[in-house]
Amino acid sequence: MIPQPSDILFKTLSDPTRRAIFERLCADGELTVGALTQESGVSQPAVSKHLRLLKQAGLVSDRHEGRQTHYSARPVALAPLIDWAAEMTRFWENRFDALEDLLDGMDQ
Amino acid sequence: MNGSPDESISIVVEREMRHPPEKIWRALTEPYLIGEWLMKSGDFRPVVGHGFGLVADWGAVDCRVETVEPNRSLSYSWDTKDLRSTVTWTLTPTDTGTLLRMEQEGFRPDQKSYYRGAQAAWPRFLAALDEVAARLE
Repeated sequence: MIPQPSDILFKTLSDPTRRAIFERLCADGELTVGALTQESGVSQPAVSKHLRLLKQAGLVSDRHEGRQTHYSARPVALAPLIDWAAEMTRFWENRFDALEDLLDGMDQ
Repeated sequence: MNGSPDESISIVVEREMRHPPEKIWRALTEPYLIGEWLMKSGDFRPVVGHGFGLVADWGAVDCRVETVEPNRSLSYSWDTKDLRSTVTWTLTPTDTGTLLRMEQEGFRPDQKSYYRGAQAAWPRFLAALDEVAARLE
């Protein structure tokens, strides 16, 4: 059976801006919307919307402190995507095994 | 797919085979032989643009031949209900046989609007997954 990738993860990470925000949080640790907006090239409301979608996918968590909200990445949410790639690789490894068996039994 | 090979790696499986490229090519392109190791295919032809199907007990894959270089490389689209991807086979002769390489690059169908922009960065992202996974340990 060929595994199917996790819908929401793929959909969420398919947006380059959203992916950049997620990668920046992975690299830099906890950041506010303001800090994320500065280097993103998009408006603060747009960044907020991306953060909301990332949070829905479980890729980002938030922490309120006074009037500020701090966002951090949850790379553990990538596990289904990593599992999918591993399962897909296993599918092909099995096909390679079968191909090798076939070739061993074939005449030239 | 227009990306360079570096950009398009998502899943790669490689293996050294004790068989010449010509023999492996037969197994990759003759419908009866394809059915023996991959999935059942009654209508495969190594002709660019030719559409064919692969069937197993768990479901079906829709394919279309994209490139054909006899005994060297073969690629076809690999679409299932939820996955749009391309599978590329590369055969490299070695002293003892052939190095066979399979690369599958996949995208989700609902990514169409993002597809152009995502094409360059997505595989790099997939490649980075290993690092992220290592950090999770």
